[in-house]
Amino acid sequence: MKLCWFHLMPYTDLPEDFTEKHSSVWVDIDPKLFDAVKAHRMYNDFLDELEIAAEAGFDGICVNEHHSNAYGLMPSPNLMAAALARRTRDAALVVMGNSIALYNPPIRVAEEMAMLDVISGGRLVAGFPVGTPFDTCHAYGQNPSTLRERYHEAHDLIMRCWHEDEPFAFHGRFNQQPVVNPWPRPLQKPHPPVWIPGGGSIETWQWCAEMDYVYAYLSYFGYQAGQTTMAGFWDEMERLGKDRNPYRAGFLQFIGVAETEKEAMDLYREPADYFYNRCLHVSPHWSNPPGYTTEATVRSKIISQVQMAALESQRRILETKAKPSFEEMVAKGYVLVGTPDQVAEKLKEVALALNVGQMMVLLQFGNMGKDLVRYNTELFAKEVKPQIEGLFDDEWENRWWPRPLAAAERAEPRECTP
Amino acid sequence: MSTPRERYVEVGGCRCRVWEMGDGPAVGFIAGFRGTPHWTPFFERLSATHRVIVPSLPGFPGAEAGHRLLDDTTDWIVMTLDLLDATGLTGGDLVAESLGAMLAFEAAAMAPTSVARLVAIGSLGLCDAADPVRNPYQTHMPEIPKLFCSDARAYTQAFASRSHETEELADHEIALYRADEAAARLIWPFADRGLRKRLHRVQAPTLLLWGEKDRIVPPSYAERFAAALAAPTQIEIIPGAGHLATIDAPETVAAAVAEFLKN
Repeated sequence: MKLCWFHLMPYTDLPEDFTEKHSSVWVDIDPKLFDAVKAHRMYNDFLDELEIAAEAGFDGICVNEHHSNAYGLMPSPNLMAAALARRTRDAALVVMGNSIALYNPPIRVAEEMAMLDVISGGRLVAGFPVGTPFDTCHAYGQNPSTLRERYHEAHDLIMRCWHEDEPFAFHGRFNQQPVVNPWPRPLQKPHPPVWIPGGGSIETWQWCAEMDYVYAYLSYFGYQAGQTTMAGFWDEMERLGKDRNPYRAGFLQFIGVAETEKEAMDLYREPADYFYNRCLHVSPHWSNPPGYTTEATVRSKIISQVQMAALESQRRILETKAKPSFEEMVAKGYVLVGTPDQVAEKLKEVALALNVGQMMVLLQFGNMGKDLVRYNTELFAKEVKPQIEGLFDDEWENRWWPRPLAAAERAEPRECTP
Repeated sequence: MSTPRERYVEVGGCRCRVWEMGDGPAVGFIAGFRGTPHWTPFFERLSATHRVIVPSLPGFPGAEAGHRLLDDTTDWIVMTLDLLDATGLTGGDLVAESLGAMLAFEAAAMAPTSVARLVAIGSLGLCDAADPVRNPYQTHMPEIPKLFCSDARAYTQAFASRSHETEELADHEIALYRADEAAARLIWPFADRGLRKRLHRVQAPTLLLWGEKDRIVPPSYAERFAAALAAPTQIEIIPGAGHLATIDAPETVAAAVAEFLKN
């Protein structure tokens, strides 16, 4: 099993009365709340934390893309990945990823990801999310009805950039370019492994199967809520005649480890409360631009009462009608907390139940400070990871992991005393 | 209510329903947000004096999902002109509401002889940042009907499913969702798509009707359209009506239309 350390980069200083005084953490988040001096420290702490995770031995470090969002300060994950490419040596750089319909022209993504892959010596995972409606249709004003068509065309264009060995002309519905010939080109041939972060839409599953890409379900609601979606994914893989290789799937889980269970409950209560009850304060005004969700998914939501109920509980959280207590978050599996042995056992159970080989863990969440992040990260790396990292490897090959240059071939960034 | 005659035309490979009722002079109707899932009291009233012809736009209830072939404003204008041709409405009188009115203006600007006289109700298509048009899809879903209509019961009658069977209910919900998508495809993010630069070409004398309580396009836009049009215009505000004035005030709107088209 691969263990990837994921950072959302949340703004850690939203006021206590945020949910009462402000309508949303996303899209129309109050610009006056952004303190650049504080954010200077946050960004540097966040990059430190990702470096600490790489040093501690995590297989990969993950960044992602959000816009106008106070719990995700990464409009450009590629900038973060560039900084990390120089300051880490072995960890995979999992960029989860670029919302490719938003880039004009999309070859920008082919170029930047190739740069990251070359600089890092072939450590890049290329993530291509459609992007949430908040990011794409509202913060970036994209048309929800054409978003997926643009996404697929952008994907095809980027893939041609990475596959073709001659300059070519591209005549798409939304992109026309007479000469496409991006330099540099990726180090991994023909291109870095592709992971698709997605919700629970059947079209995404089918597409991942067709393209042989990893499907990553990035939910904030943990392994219990994730069961329905992952079961649906594996049912669809079976229907399509694909094997059950767990490395086809990624999953995100919030985790807090400590020496004792009580200590874990004490340490992670506040950051979890900050994340679930402050950072997820999203106005429902932004959730449903028509056309963003495919008709098949809308229909399945109307018909499937089970799915309705699951979505309903998520929606309640998102609309902050109910503020869950930390005990509820733990009971429902949003956050997995405990001693290293407890967490290892549970995470192994989750990985097996969901059949997920690319496990993404959030060990920084909410307003968790750097000291606690380091503690959580190092304890996990030292005492949890060794208990579970061998999972699946005797049976399955991870065909979706970067293939970097051999260590001897890799450039060593010079020591620097600024 | 009576049942209209029904036929189908094909526009750009998309099958579109055409409803028709009445025996007087012909008048076409192009609907706005969420289209025409049901025959409405406004059609009933207008068909007492006119032959009312109601084609469904691609993507809206009664038509296939042809909106997904329309990538830009030019595609939408060509589709509208093709639909008028296919329906036999080209060169005739037209009543058009909301997004439909925007398309009617676009068609009349591109092909000035395609519309003889126009009644435009709560038209979209212009955008003044000082008094912005509201994007109804930046609203909590359950609140959207209140943005379309003042009269909740009239809204329900016009747009709710007539069936309670799960599959039929799902079909109906999907049809409305698709209509919302088609609307978004045409106009998202509710900005000016260039109509202001084309409106001077419209030759059709135009009645600008506006619901007094339009929460999508403020009634002040009647003046903006009148100022941008070179053709003769009249403005009439419908008391109490919201954006979809034909739903909120069928009698008043039908009377205003009949009066305007009298000669």
